[in-house]
Amino acid sequence: MSTVNPNLTYNYKVVRQFAIMTVVWGIVGMALGVLIAAQLVWPALNLDLPWTHFGRLRPLHTNAVIFGFGGSALFATAYYVVQRTCQARLFSGPLAAFTFWGWQAIIVAAAITLPMGLTTSKEYAELEWPIDIAITLVWVAYAVVFFGTVMKRSTPHIYVANWFYGAFIITVAVLHIGNSMALPATAFKSYSAYAGVTDAMMQWWYGHNAVGFFLTAGFLGMMYYFVPKQANRPVYSYRLSIVHFWALIATYVWAGGHHLHYSALPDWAQTAGMVMSLILLAPSWGGMINGMMTLSGAWHKLRTDPILRFLVVSLSFYGMSTFEGPMMSIKTVNALSHNTDWTIGHVHSGALGWVAMISIGAVYHLIPKLWGLQAMYSTAMINVHFWLATVGTVLYIVAMWVNGIMQGLMWRAVNEDGTLTYSFVEALEASYPGYFVRFLGGVIFLAGMLVMAYNVYMTVRQKQAVAQDNTAAQAA
Amino acid sequence: MDVNDLRGIHTLVLMAMFIGIIWWAFSKHRKKANEEAANLPFEDDEVEKRTLDEQDKTEKKQ
Repeated sequence: MSTVNPNLTYNYKVVRQFAIMTVVWGIVGMALGVLIAAQLVWPALNLDLPWTHFGRLRPLHTNAVIFGFGGSALFATAYYVVQRTCQARLFSGPLAAFTFWGWQAIIVAAAITLPMGLTTSKEYAELEWPIDIAITLVWVAYAVVFFGTVMKRSTPHIYVANWFYGAFIITVAVLHIGNSMALPATAFKSYSAYAGVTDAMMQWWYGHNAVGFFLTAGFLGMMYYFVPKQANRPVYSYRLSIVHFWALIATYVWAGGHHLHYSALPDWAQTAGMVMSLILLAPSWGGMINGMMTLSGAWHKLRTDPILRFLVVSLSFYGMSTFEGPMMSIKTVNALSHNTDWTIGHVHSGALGWVAMISIGAVYHLIPKLWGLQAMYSTAMINVHFWLATVGTVLYIVAMWVNGIMQGLMWRAVNEDGTLTYSFVEALEASYPGYFVRFLGGVIFLAGMLVMAYNVYMTVRQKQAVAQDNTAAQAA
Repeated sequence: MDVNDLRGIHTLVLMAMFIGIIWWAFSKHRKKANEEAANLPFEDDEVEKRTLDEQDKTEKKQ
């Protein structure tokens, strides 16, 4: 583009920081997940201490993986993609630095307050009101940096990835403020502004769109940049991406009601949630096909490039879980799956298979670029990581499918006289083998993250060693 | 006219908007713009190189 300032450079510092923290929080969050999975197999591992109890560590696990790992990946890639596709330097470096330190402080605050038992008890929004206010401040700064950069772009178009990142930033702000409305009672205790079923509806309007916008729209932004870039060809259909964008963001916000099937939520609202969830299949698969087909004519690259394999397999898991989700939202299917491990399996096919795998692929693409290297320290290690991640995810979700369907069938079985065939504890006992396989899957997935951490460490170190060599050569 | 008529109209308006978006995205005069936009990830190699050069310079000073 002729309008680009000839002195323009990008701000990679904040991207580097968030990229490294993606790996760090990934390991912390997934290790916590493995620990609580082990607690379900060996309950004595809760150590009989309140701070290490499953009930307190489970929200810490979800917060660390969603907001620590996923959030850092989103900050890193959004800041990288918006600069590179708008050909503009990040709008305000100091404000971007504030979002980095602010966000890290919030995750650390979560790691301190949740084991202490300070919680609003709202799922994925457990953090108490002072931290909620801090999140709002950091998030507004994020929006200013992101949209400020879009506004000073030197390109005529706003690339589709930025539309997805933009929708993610705006919607998460609305969701967070809407759902976290509360009356503070003391410094670390507040009461929700909503009561009864309205509170439940607000919670799942927020909760499902945490999935729809935090864990989907943002990562679709990632997909629209990193898949074409890694495959070295433009996205399959740009016009499909426009339809994909508007259809997805217009539909997702209505689907949350499916979390409250057979509850006190009015029946029409449950049905509306179900219908909107079914419609969601279309934009979800439209996006998946658009990403996959970007590789048409270049499928051979999958054989040699494990980074591309991460990105493409993440899309297959995305397609799988966005088929499973609408199916589970059908009331009759939900009658079987509700409150069983099937739900946990579904979440993790999205979380491990889609969100984690595309983030990992994006980070492997980013690290060499940010440090000015040709490639990661070891491509073989990326390949090992790919197989560990895939095997871990498959073990996890298959175990939860088996458990979930078994629990659903055992809970609903009735004798001829109408009494229940199985007590709850019998279904729990039958779940033990599945819990062990899930733990095993988690360990394997975590092992992959440790391989990644070593690979990233060696890549960055390699760069520093080269820089030192050059300095020595110049001095001589 | 009661509230249900408004609900019906609302549905029709949304449907028209959706069809409008499809028509706009797929229309012929958008073809060139779509192609330009789709190639944006591949057009900033120069800026990338300059960024890395600058980074190298500052890192060597340290």
